[in-house]
Amino acid sequence: MSASRDPNQLKYAKTHEWVALDEGIATVGISAFAVEALTDLVYMELPEVGRQLAAGEAFGEIESVKAVSDLYSPVSGEVIAVNEDLAAHLERLNSDPYGAGWIVRIRVNADEKLAGLMDRKAYEKQCAEAEH
Amino acid sequence: MRNRQATSTLFELSRPGRRAARLPACDVPVQPLADLLPARLLAAAPPDLPELFEGDVVRHFTNLSTENMSVDTHFYPLGSCTMKYNPKRNERLASLPGFVDVHPYQPVSTMQGLLQLLYELQGLLAEISGLDAVSLQPAAGAHGELAALMVAAAYFRDRGEQRTEVLIPDSAHGTNPASAVMAGFKAVTVKSTPEGFVDLADLRSKLSPATAVFMITNPNTLGMFDGQIAEIARWVHDAGGLIYLDGANMNAILGIARPGDFGADMMHFNPHKTFSGPHGGGGPGAGPIAVRDRLAPYLPAPVVGLAADKYFLDADRPKSIGRVRSFFGNTGVLVRAYAYIRTHGPAGLRRVSETAVLNANYLLSRVQQLLPVPQGPRCMHEFVASASAVKAERGITATDIAKRLLDYGFHPPTIYFPLTVREAMMIEPTETESKETLDAFAAALAQILGEPADEVRAAPASTPISRPDEVRAAREPVLASPSSTGA
Repeated sequence: MSASRDPNQLKYAKTHEWVALDEGIATVGISAFAVEALTDLVYMELPEVGRQLAAGEAFGEIESVKAVSDLYSPVSGEVIAVNEDLAAHLERLNSDPYGAGWIVRIRVNADEKLAGLMDRKAYEKQCAEAEH
Repeated sequence: MRNRQATSTLFELSRPGRRAARLPACDVPVQPLADLLPARLLAAAPPDLPELFEGDVVRHFTNLSTENMSVDTHFYPLGSCTMKYNPKRNERLASLPGFVDVHPYQPVSTMQGLLQLLYELQGLLAEISGLDAVSLQPAAGAHGELAALMVAAAYFRDRGEQRTEVLIPDSAHGTNPASAVMAGFKAVTVKSTPEGFVDLADLRSKLSPATAVFMITNPNTLGMFDGQIAEIARWVHDAGGLIYLDGANMNAILGIARPGDFGADMMHFNPHKTFSGPHGGGGPGAGPIAVRDRLAPYLPAPVVGLAADKYFLDADRPKSIGRVRSFFGNTGVLVRAYAYIRTHGPAGLRRVSETAVLNANYLLSRVQQLLPVPQGPRCMHEFVASASAVKAERGITATDIAKRLLDYGFHPPTIYFPLTVREAMMIEPTETESKETLDAFAAALAQILGEPADEVRAAPASTPISRPDEVRAAREPVLASPSSTGA
């Protein structure tokens, strides 16, 4: 269920969340680039199951020794599962950001058009620009 | 030649029966405590305090103090914090008996001198800000933000306006959104352009009838003066909102530009930055706020007034948001600010800012030969260099460089702020540093960047503690010394 996904097959938000879509269910995490940029992670706050999210809405927080950052939902829909173990094992975000590091599963709203999500190539381009 | 024994914790140094002083036996009848105090106020046993000889205590704290860096010992270019040298004459003046030996409950007729100073400071801060009325009560910059936003909320409430949003650029100090939320508003982020200025299109799209306040730090946290401010202020005012100026960077514009003149309706000062109060350790801070006339009725009460040649505490302010701090605020740091402002005078304060800007530009010109400064070759009082390329090429991060600077006898700059610059190193030299010091800092930075990456990553080598485990400290904090037996 949390087998590592191929990052080339995922969609990405500008705010560094990845999305894997499977029959109307979006699994969401944050990219390896984001994990690396955040540096050492110390704390994570996750949403409740059942919460309705709009695309772009903050659903949680991740804190590193540097700063606290919001996590944004890349899609609109209802939170149907949360990776409850993750907060106690933040190292999984480093070791397996596209697998064991998944954060939430969202049942995507029927009218969701997935606007603004990028493929891997476009996302890598954005990251390369941020580096310089 | 560090005395490591003396810097053990006081609990570790404690030995049963050891004392700083032994008093002679009591020569009057002793009353049992239980006869003097009700049982509910009596502890079962005396507190578990360390037992020490006076010399142990003095050596402990004196040795500990030498393991730290301060503006009295080191160059301290901590961006956004304005760690200028604090003149010792301010300490002498602030410790005059008329300031330190007054009690807040004594009659105001017996502390006219202190009240006169506070009254005049209100006037000086109003003049420097270009605004009309001042409250000295807030106890820190962030407290000033909160107090001013509460003033804004009271103002809109009084006018029957439902305004719920505070707009804040993404380069702002984290206190801005926190203050907005604490004051009951929703914080809305406004984007910055790649140059670090307010993205006008994004601001325009977020301005609405719900906009209460736009908070701006100008010069901003990249050390750049946002020249769009007059236009921004016009838009925000046209939308019925107010402009709040975060005064953290006032050290760049004293006597040169007044926030009230470029559109701000409210602001706070950081006397510990701009007006040479000690940061932390030296006593509590202050965050006085200045506002426009139409907001003055809502300021925290009391303010210091003057009538018939007598200074008084004006508490008769029915629209006031009330007290935000006991008594008159933290007067110690306010006395230092007053002394600093008066000893410089108007021309001197302008020179302070001119020299702060000149020093920062000089250091920028040296540092940009070593690390890229994304904002370009000019700045106000501070600038932000990026270690992003060094990290990508050699695996040396801003943290590594900062830690290594400690070995060279420099306090590091602020790192990883603002969040809009990757591997940010925010450098603010202030006006009190000489060319020799700035050159020495740039030379140390050059040397560090020429060192093997492993050496830099292992730094600091010269401090009592090298690299604390910050992650573990944050995730599993130990808040009591294991050597303390106290519950």
